[in-house]
Amino acid sequence: MNADWLLQNSPALIIAIPLLAAFLMPVIDKIGRRARNAFAIIILVIEEMLVLFLAYDVFGGNIHIYTMGAANPLTTVPAQAAVPIRIVLEVDAMGIFMAIISATVCLAAGIYSLAFIEEEKGKGKYYTLLLLILVGMLGMELTGDMFNLFVFLEVLSIACAALIAYRSNTGDAVEGAFKFLIISSIAALFVLFAIALLYAQYDLLNMAALAHAITYSNLDKIALVLLVAAFAMKCGSVPMHFWTPDAYSVAPASITAILVAASQASLYALFRVCFSLYNVTLNLATIGGALIIFGLLSMFIGVTMALPQKDIKRLMAYHAISQTGYMLLGVGVGLYLLADPEFSTYGIKAMEGGIFHIINHAMYKGLLFLTSGAIFYRLKTRNLNEMGGLGHSMKWTAIFFIIGALAIAGIPPFNGFASKLLIYEAAYKVSPILSIIAMLVSILTLASFVKVFHSAFMGPKIHDVEEVPRSMLAGMAVLTFVIILFGLFPGWVVGNIVHPAAQALAEQAAYIQAVIGG
Amino acid sequence: MRQDEMTPVVKTIAAILFPLIIIFSFYVIMHGHLTPGGGFQGGAIGASAIVMLIAAYGAKYVRERAKEENLSIFESIGGIVFVLVGLLGFLATSAFLYNFLVGEPLFGTIPPFGSNSGILNSGGILPILNIAVGMKVIGGLASVVLVMALAGGDEE
Amino acid sequence: MIYSIPFYTVVILILVGLYAMIFKRNLIKMAIGLTIVESAVNLFLVTLGYREGGVAPIYTNLPSGISIPEGMVLPVPQALTLTSIVIGVAILALMLSLSMMIYRHYGTLDSRKVRRLKE
Repeated sequence: MNADWLLQNSPALIIAIPLLAAFLMPVIDKIGRRARNAFAIIILVIEEMLVLFLAYDVFGGNIHIYTMGAANPLTTVPAQAAVPIRIVLEVDAMGIFMAIISATVCLAAGIYSLAFIEEEKGKGKYYTLLLLILVGMLGMELTGDMFNLFVFLEVLSIACAALIAYRSNTGDAVEGAFKFLIISSIAALFVLFAIALLYAQYDLLNMAALAHAITYSNLDKIALVLLVAAFAMKCGSVPMHFWTPDAYSVAPASITAILVAASQASLYALFRVCFSLYNVTLNLATIGGALIIFGLLSMFIGVTMALPQKDIKRLMAYHAISQTGYMLLGVGVGLYLLADPEFSTYGIKAMEGGIFHIINHAMYKGLLFLTSGAIFYRLKTRNLNEMGGLGHSMKWTAIFFIIGALAIAGIPPFNGFASKLLIYEAAYKVSPILSIIAMLVSILTLASFVKVFHSAFMGPKIHDVEEVPRSMLAGMAVLTFVIILFGLFPGWVVGNIVHPAAQALAEQAAYIQAVIGG
Repeated sequence: MRQDEMTPVVKTIAAILFPLIIIFSFYVIMHGHLTPGGGFQGGAIGASAIVMLIAAYGAKYVRERAKEENLSIFESIGGIVFVLVGLLGFLATSAFLYNFLVGEPLFGTIPPFGSNSGILNSGGILPILNIAVGMKVIGGLASVVLVMALAGGDEE
Repeated sequence: MIYSIPFYTVVILILVGLYAMIFKRNLIKMAIGLTIVESAVNLFLVTLGYREGGVAPIYTNLPSGISIPEGMVLPVPQALTLTSIVIGVAILALMLSLSMMIYRHYGTLDSRKVRRLKE
């Protein structure tokens, strides 16, 4: 049980431990409230530490392979076969980067939930489903097998839909969950159809083996279109964004923060398919152009529909759509520039901007949703017209909200500035109009958050409330710590964390070699 | 006779058929590594036996005999056994879900290659995983239908 | 030609299912449409594995004269289909429970009236 054994087996342990904890939770729930809360927090902390432990080794340059059920988990192609024949977990820098985001957001939401759901019923099932969402996200991000990706995508969707309908005593929660479930099911069926098409041609399910064997025939193009459409549907980009405001606004606030991370797991799957599965045979400019168009539409439509909203969480949900547009713009510009050999360094810079924006967005959007949940916890309303003067009594919530709002608008010294600057610079190379639109959207974002801050926190003191409980403040503090840390040292973060991730996405050869060649 | 009960003919036939369907479901679960079937299929057959009882006798009667809590614990035991057997693969210093029972007396006979008449005692950890999945599916599907039938009956 | 009939059936079923999901207003009919699309995709997966003149890929009491593995149909798509059917059952159970709760809150199952979340 030494450190080497732990490092070698950690991909499987990262998925197996919360799965076991999710099945044990109904049994432990019978013991008592304190046992259940302590068990949930301990499992989330163990997960965070395991992910960081694995990340330390993967960012040093190794790709970790784990074969499920083989005598030696490091041999992927068995002696009597020519292709990998078991489910292989393949962890490279991009995968572990997304896993850090998922584990951190779930830890913050788990600590936040200790006090937030006190008055609801069925708390044991809440923690079971939260652990299952964690299993789904980590499974999607660590796997190297196409059908395994589909199974974990479905686990994630069903658990998220069940938790969106958690407040089942109100009617609109159930309606939002129904819409979410229909869109998720259609997206998952598209993914399954595409996997069936790829299997029919190549008789392979392993991502690295498929990437090695793929020729760009007509059926492969159909499969690519289906996969891009399905994952864009799941992450809430225009034109398939209609479920996002409904689902994000009716869920409990901690679940909304986790839904943001879940949408980014789908974004990761989109990038994995585009880069590692189809890379060198792709017409990079076309797919890059399509992602740029999705990104621009999402940014613009998201922020213009956010301005007139009266419900604080619907407003933030539209901003989530617009920030997803930034990520798609960054990576789309990266793909577009990678097609042209003299601009390839700019291509990597653009991809770094998009990928850095993923972690920044999860942190500050999660923080903003948690603060809006704090307001809901005290006032029992989400309507901006009924709030006012909260800054007098909820000082810590106001400070966290200011930090989140400045971060999303891209103001130094918080982390939004660094990633948005990278995206502006890289988008200028393709066309100056993209940079201008991006900056305009940024200004409109700041405008709408000034509106929210003024309505909720400033003004005379109308409501007589006190500050939220300490566990909720602790959950928000976890995310704020990461925001300030990434804002003060962006160079270190980009060099050590984001650059290996972007490099791992762009270099398909290392991905294939780790499973087949080596 | 209450609103959701059936005539005595239906109740008697349901009572006679219930153990036969349960035995058939256990047969399908246990022979999952030899014939078509396995965990989910056998579990669905077992859950449909309980659903037949709900249709014949009414949801309230079945709820008194098998409470939702018991079904939930039955289901959790299935899930826990599955993941624990997977984690036991680490004891042979190997991977997760490693088949460590090959060669052992419990389920470990190695069958000859090619067409054979099927040895029940083979398969390694597969029969144990089938039983765990079967328990989970029976508990899960039966409790879903039971809760839906109870919720629907409350409206009248 | 006769071996292409399942593929045409898949296309027809997907069109029928999408029609039911988009154009019908009752929530239960939307759930049924989703199940039809999912059955079509399962049919597609199973049909992929067919090899002409093949038998079921089971070693117990094989008919004599079948060569292994060329004389059998592919077993991997059958495992994928089984997983997909299980996922479909879970989604259908969740969707029907949500429909029951919507009926309890709104008194109707018409998707145009179940619309408190506007704009």
